[in-house]
This record gives sequence, structure tokens and C-alpha cells, in this order.
Amino acid sequence: MNAPKIRSDISQRLQQLSLASLLKGLRRTVKNLVLPLTGIVIFLFIWQIAASSIVTSLGQFPGPSDVWQQSKTLVAEHRQERQKADAFYTRQEVRNAKKLAKNPQADVKVRPYTGKATYFDQIFTSLYTVMFGFLVATFIAIPLGILCGLSENAYRAINPIIQTFKPVSPLAWLPLVTMVVSALYVSDDPMFEKAFLTSGFTVALCCLWPTVVNTIVGVASINRDLIDVSRVLRLSSPVYIKTIVIPSATPLIFTGLRLSLATGWMVLIAAEMLAQNPGLGKFIWDEFQNGSSSSLGRIMVAVITIGIIGFILDQLMLALQKRMSWDKQAVLR
Amino acid sequence: MNKNYLELSQVGIEFPTDGEPFRALQNINLSIQKGEFISLIGHSGCGKSTVLNIIAGLYRASEGGVILEGREVNEPGPDRAVVFQNHALLPWLTVYENVELAVKSVFKKTKSKAEMRDWIAHNLSLVHMDHALHKRPGEISGGMKQRVGIARCLAMQPKVLLMDEPFGALDALTRAHLQDSLMEIQNRLGNTVVMITHDVDEAVLLSDRIVMMTNGPAASIGEILEIDLARPRDRLALAEDPAFNACRQQVLRFLYEKHRNPAAQAAEVPASETPPTEPQVAPASVPKAKPTSSAAA
Ligand SMILES: Nc1ncnc2c1ncn2[C@@H]1O[C@H](COP(=O)(O)OP(=O)(O)OP(=O)(O)O)[C@@H](O)[C@H]1O
Ligand SMILES: [Mg+2]
Repeated sequence: MNAPKIRSDISQRLQQLSLASLLKGLRRTVKNLVLPLTGIVIFLFIWQIAASSIVTSLGQFPGPSDVWQQSKTLVAEHRQERQKADAFYTRQEVRNAKKLAKNPQADVKVRPYTGKATYFDQIFTSLYTVMFGFLVATFIAIPLGILCGLSENAYRAINPIIQTFKPVSPLAWLPLVTMVVSALYVSDDPMFEKAFLTSGFTVALCCLWPTVVNTIVGVASINRDLIDVSRVLRLSSPVYIKTIVIPSATPLIFTGLRLSLATGWMVLIAAEMLAQNPGLGKFIWDEFQNGSSSSLGRIMVAVITIGIIGFILDQLMLALQKRMSWDKQAVLR
Repeated sequence: MNKNYLELSQVGIEFPTDGEPFRALQNINLSIQKGEFISLIGHSGCGKSTVLNIIAGLYRASEGGVILEGREVNEPGPDRAVVFQNHALLPWLTVYENVELAVKSVFKKTKSKAEMRDWIAHNLSLVHMDHALHKRPGEISGGMKQRVGIARCLAMQPKVLLMDEPFGALDALTRAHLQDSLMEIQNRLGNTVVMITHDVDEAVLLSDRIVMMTNGPAASIGEILEIDLARPRDRLALAEDPAFNACRQQVLRFLYEKHRNPAAQAAEVPASETPPTEPQVAPASVPKAKPTSSAAA
């Protein structure tokens, strides 16, 4: 074989190679992009048809296009509200500047803008309410689960309580939590809204259980050999918990946390409706009470928002789990 | 005094069951010298692991007791290091950290940080694992894991090294390699070792004495065979040594004539191809609550 022949051989091989990888890439795109998109399109189509055949007392059930319209309106309202706020603050600034120019000792105040909460403010309220409840639950659930997993006596003592409270609906808790918060949280200058605390604690009560139960199972199913290793090494309890118990329970703890966060997010909407915490739940409730022709569309926007945020929260937890997991080969989904 | 460095006297154990308690061991008497290498051999399920766990202090004997250097053994401790059959490394720690955990818990007060670091590295190099210090157990082979398990135990400078079928799960080549390493280390350090094995060749090659156990229930020691082969031993030379073969014969005769495993009578398996161990019974101490039904709640 002479040199040019070899060269053309190689270039041919390269072409084949890149063609093959191109095909492979194409197939992956179809799998990861085209299939989900097809699903969504079919869904939208069915939705449109179904919506057009349902007429409610508030008018036509919203189809995809109405919902799209409403979401644009909500964004526009948000922009407007922000502009108003900006204008309000600039006016104040100008006024204060004038005052100071006249009299440097003048007592100037900046009053906060008290316009109505926009859709995005409400999303934000919901997010930090659910985070508050979720964190409270996590700080109780993981230690409790470790305790019950390690000590059979503790497990026997606490398990009946767990099993009893686990199936309780948030709506059942809410009146009690409301009354307790009103009774115990009395201050002249409250740091938190009562509605916020009520919703947060209701969320916490409901999303406690998945983490507790999964932590118990995770801790109780530590490999026997590892327990024997810790006995031979005479590890102290803190070292044992830190180096053996928590790492081996981590996968199940995270399973629990993900379930908890998902539960918490679901519960939150109901809690906000009843507690009137200014989040997405209240938004839906207010729209429902409003009963205008655009209400159903706006509620549908909220429904989709709730779904997407729930999905994002779960993906964030998954990413966190992947980062914290020692077994990088494990398939997490 | 040296004769009874480690002494088992009248050891017996009963396991509680739903019905009558199950008597696994009875009248086990054994004296082990300092620096001696003992193999325990016997059919599956006869109670070898139970003996080892009693020496380790992981199980309490129902009768009799274990005395190590004049002190009774009644709880597990780092002076009796155990090499587990399935390596029992912490999968979330690297090779180095696994050994470090043991070294820290033994030498916390007596060694400085730098000394500990050197000591960990030294022990890992004894088992030729210095090239993979920062790998996790999931990233190394089975033989390598077993070597790290051995290094972890050596690093504890135990009075007695207890090994439960340390090479049972390995292929023949790796096993031979690790046997050679173990012989070399033991020659150098003079550890006292009690090792369980299913492999007659392995037992003869490594041991000073082979303890042959009768079949359970109520198993005890059937025969004890002294292996008077000069050290260091070389597997190739020994393969043709009549003394070596005589020892092998004796163990085989014990296992397959005098104390045939009733369960395995049909299968005439040559000893060198002993089938892998049957799954071990999980130890009963501290049964754990497992609310599995609600796992996915
Ligand atoms: N915790 C336990 N509870 C009840 N019975 C047990 C327990 N541990 C062991 N046994 C029984 O004691 C006997 C001896 O078990 P052991 O594990 O010591 O056998 P072995 O000789 O190590 O077997 P193998 O070679 O298969 O590992 C077996 O019959 C087993 O069923
Ligand atoms: Mg065994």
C-alpha cells in the first residue's frame, strides 16, 4: 500500500465514524426530545377538544390558548405593579430630597409600597412557605428516624404514633394548627404572618412522615458486617452514627426527603387556601371566589405552575441526592 | 505460659429459636500459642464462623469461655481483629480512609497524626495496595478489597487475627497470590492467626495446625493435625512433597470418610474444588425492626 491510499482509507474511516456518531446522536435526539414533545402536543390537542365541549357557569372551560393568554396577562400585571412600585419610590425619593434640601435635619421616612401581590409574589410566598415547612420537618424527621432505627425500644414506643398520624389529611390539622398558632404566637411586632406559620406548620406536619419512615428503614437495614466492624473497632456512638449509620441510610433518607417535599408542596396549596397565606393556594381561592370569565383560565395557569414547580423541586432534590451520594454508579431517578 | 496464649475451654453455644434452642457447638477445647497459624476446617454449617465469632466476642458462649493472655473475652475489641468473608469495607470511604478509621480508633492516644499517616501507608503497602489509596471499594477488584480488609486488621496490631474464609470469594489465581502475601506477612510479623477455610490445600499450606470440626448440631473438634513443614513454604515445591500430600490426605480422609457431610453425601467433590460456601446465617444478636411494608410511604 502506498501513502496516498492509506490516507484516503483513513479519511474514509473517519467519515464513516462521524456518520455513525451522527446517526447515534440523531437517535438520541429523537428519544430525548421528539418523543416528549409529541406527547405534549397530543395532550394539548385532546385538552383543546375536551375544553371546547365543556361549558361551565363561568363560561367555556379554558383551552391551551386561553391559558396562554391568561399567563401573558399575569406577567403583564406583574410588570405594571412593579412599575407602579418604582414610581411610588421615586416620588418619595424626590419628595424626601426636597425636604432635606430645605431642612437638613428633617426627619425623612421611606414608606413601603403596599400594592397588591402579583402572581410572581404569590409564587415566591408559596416557595418559601413550603421550604420553611420542609426544613422544620427535616430537622425533626431525620434525628427521630435515626433514633428509631438504632433503638428497637424507641421504635416500639414511637411507631404507633407515627402510624396513627401518617395518614392524617392536612385539612384535619389546619384548624388545630391555626388555633395553636394564634394562641402561642402573640407579639406586637410579629416577624412572621400567622397565616404563613399556620401553612408552614401544616406542611411540616404532613411531610414529616415519609422522611421518618424511610430514615428508620435505612438505618435499620445497615449491613450486619458493618455493624460488626464498628463493634470490633469499639466506635463511639457519635463516630458510629457519622461514619456508618448516616452514610448507609443516605439513599433512603433522600428517598424520604423527596417524597416529603412532594407531599409538602401538594399540602401547601390546600393549606394556603384555608389559611389565606398569600401564595398560590390563595390565588386559586380568590380567583374561584371572583368568578369572572377569566378565572378558570387563571386557575389553570396556577395548576400548571404548581405542576412545573413541583417537578423542578423534585429535580433539585435529585441533583442534591446525586451530589451527596457516595455511590456515583447508582442509577437515581 | 506461651502454650495457652489464646484458650478456648469447654465452649458451647445454643441459639434461641422458635422451638427448642439450637445447640450449635459443644465442648470446644483449644489452646493456641502466640504466633501460631491455626486453620479451622469443616463442612458448611458445622459452626466454624460461630467459633470465630465467639473468639471475636461478637457472640457470647452459652457455656465455657475464651481466655486471651489470661483475660476473659466478653466483648468485641480491636485486639481481636476480624477479616470478614465479604471484606466489610465501608463503601463510602476510600481505601485509605477505611484503614484510617481502624487506626484512629486504636491509636488515637498513642500515635501522632503523622505517625498514623505513615502507619496506614505502611500497612497498605504490606498488602501491595499503595497504588489505590484514594479509590473507593466499588472501584477496586474483589481481591484488592480483601487485601484492604487484611491491611485494616494488620494496622490494628491485634493480638489475634481472625479470618473468616478470607479468600473464599476469589478466583484460584488471586487466592494463591493472596495466600503467598499472607504467608510472607505472617512470617515477618509473627501474628497469631485463626483462619476458617474450605480449601484443604490452603489449610495445609498456611497452617501450623489444622483443627477439623465434626458436623453439627452440637459440633466439636474432631481431630487436630500438626503440619510439620518447614517455613518459608513454597507452593510449587510442596506440591511434590510427600509430607505435604500426606497431610492433605489426612484432612481429606477426615472430611470425606469419617465425617461426611450428610447433606452433601451424593456429591463426590474433590477437595480442591470445594464448592463456594453456602450463604451464611445472619447472626441473631440485636435483631432490628424493619417496617418494610411502609418503606415507600
Ligand atoms: N444467629 C444464629 N441463630 C440461629 N442459628 C445460628 C445462628 N448462627 C449460626 N447458627 C447455626 O449454627 C450452625 C453453625 O453456623 P456457622 O455459621 O457457624 O457455620 P459455618 O461452619 O461457618 O458454615 P459455613 O462454612 O457455611 O460458613 C448452623 O447450623 C447455623 O444454622
Ligand atoms: Mg461460616
